[in-house]
Amino acid sequence: MSRLAARLSRHAQTLVGSLGHLARHPVGSAMTMAVIGAALALPLLFQVALLNANAVAAQWNRAFDLSVYLDKKAGAGRVQVLAREIGARPDVAAVRVITAEEALAEFRRTSGFGKALDALTDNPLPDTLVVTPSLASSTPEGTAALETALTALPGVESVQLDTAWVQRLIGILHVLERVALLTGALLGTAVVLVVGNTIRLDVLNRRAEIEVMKLVGATDGFARRPFLYGGVWYGLGGGLIALAVVALATGLLAGPVERLAMAYGSPFRLHGLGWRLSLATLAGAVFAGGIGAWVAATVHIRAIEP
Amino acid sequence: MIRFDQVHKRYPNGRQALGGVSFDIAAGELVFLTGHSGAGKSSILKLIALIERPSRGAVLIDARNTATIPARGIPRFRRDLGVVFQDHKLLADRPVADNVALPLVIAGVPRREIDKRVRAALDQVGLLGKERSAPLELSTGEQQRVGIARAVVAKPKLLIADEPTGNLDPELALEIMRLFKRFNEVGVTVVIATHDHHLLERFAARRIVLEDGRLVEDHPPAGAAA
Repeated sequence: MSRLAARLSRHAQTLVGSLGHLARHPVGSAMTMAVIGAALALPLLFQVALLNANAVAAQWNRAFDLSVYLDKKAGAGRVQVLAREIGARPDVAAVRVITAEEALAEFRRTSGFGKALDALTDNPLPDTLVVTPSLASSTPEGTAALETALTALPGVESVQLDTAWVQRLIGILHVLERVALLTGALLGTAVVLVVGNTIRLDVLNRRAEIEVMKLVGATDGFARRPFLYGGVWYGLGGGLIALAVVALATGLLAGPVERLAMAYGSPFRLHGLGWRLSLATLAGAVFAGGIGAWVAATVHIRAIEP
Repeated sequence: MIRFDQVHKRYPNGRQALGGVSFDIAAGELVFLTGHSGAGKSSILKLIALIERPSRGAVLIDARNTATIPARGIPRFRRDLGVVFQDHKLLADRPVADNVALPLVIAGVPRREIDKRVRAALDQVGLLGKERSAPLELSTGEQQRVGIARAVVAKPKLLIADEPTGNLDPELALEIMRLFKRFNEVGVTVVIATHDHHLLERFAARRIVLEDGRLVEDHPPAGAAA
């Protein structure tokens, strides 16, 4: 067996051995992992909520129609011509005509100004076309381009594209994303500290053992190894607990959210964390656990001298 | 093998443990360090194991001044040294074989080689077959023999023991002493700190007598061997 293989097999033994040590202290180990799990679950749930809010905002952005108001002077025939012309465009999915008369009738019905409107001699409302962009053009850039094209058509007075509030919503979501990142960083630090403190107590509890090891020639690095792996296990266990909490929460919410979306006629479905973020979470938790353990074990093992 | 040259040791609390001790121990010797408790026996062993450093004077091990060994070189240095403690210092949560194997694991000896040498060491102290026992299942005498097996498993040239028979009845103490004697006969330099007069009388070995941190007598081997 080569030296490297021997080294690796010793590391593997220590890795498994440190797991055995945790298993011999199930309550304490489980408590530490649960604390880590709770600390990680909070920013993860925040992240899932943001993921879903972004998905919803994207759908709303897409669902926007453009209102094309025609020039009053264009005449009654113009609206049908324009409707055909616009409907033939490749970036348009559908066109609906609302004539000035239909618009007035609708307004009379819903506004409650019926009597006042009777006093008007003229219909002040223009003919209107409601244009739904094609799926491919349902991006913010696509709809903006369509808006410009439609405004340029003869007989068109103005085109209205009201996505400003969606833009604001997306802006708010960006801010919240930053908040989520900060929360994650803070709670990640908390994980490092929790593992560090647990490992510190572990080291002090096994003081006699470390002394004996040093007396028979162990380096600090050798004595540190089982604690380092202990920290890695704490991180992994905590990360798995956090993922389980997130899975449970999204599982419980998926049904109600789907029914709510259906009530709005939306095919929206709740997104989970996804395997990429899940793996990143586990890797981050293992890393945080390792760092916390490394620092605590290094400092406290150095202080133990036979 | 060991040379103490005008060694003084004063502890941070102000206690003067050694006040200018000088002696030479040749390779292959068996030496008793003796004197009342507090006379400086333990301090000498601690200086040999680099658990402590001299306040003044020089400690040479294997012709090397220990002052030249930096803190990071201590683990390596200790791997060439066997140490036996009065309270055994075994790891209670690991079986006997793992306790004995510890110095070899630390030194990075391959697994198969470790198993072989652990069995050989346990055989030498008469504990073959106890590999899987927990240390606390064994008697005090057996625990001390596990401690000795651990001290010799890496085949050190120098073996030091601090009151190795302190907790044992005379019969067991003699048995332990015979073990040390046997290691000495195959060339290991053995230094034993003890105030057990019974042992001192039974074994023909050099005696270094300390009193209040000073060397007061240095008897060459004499008397009847057990």
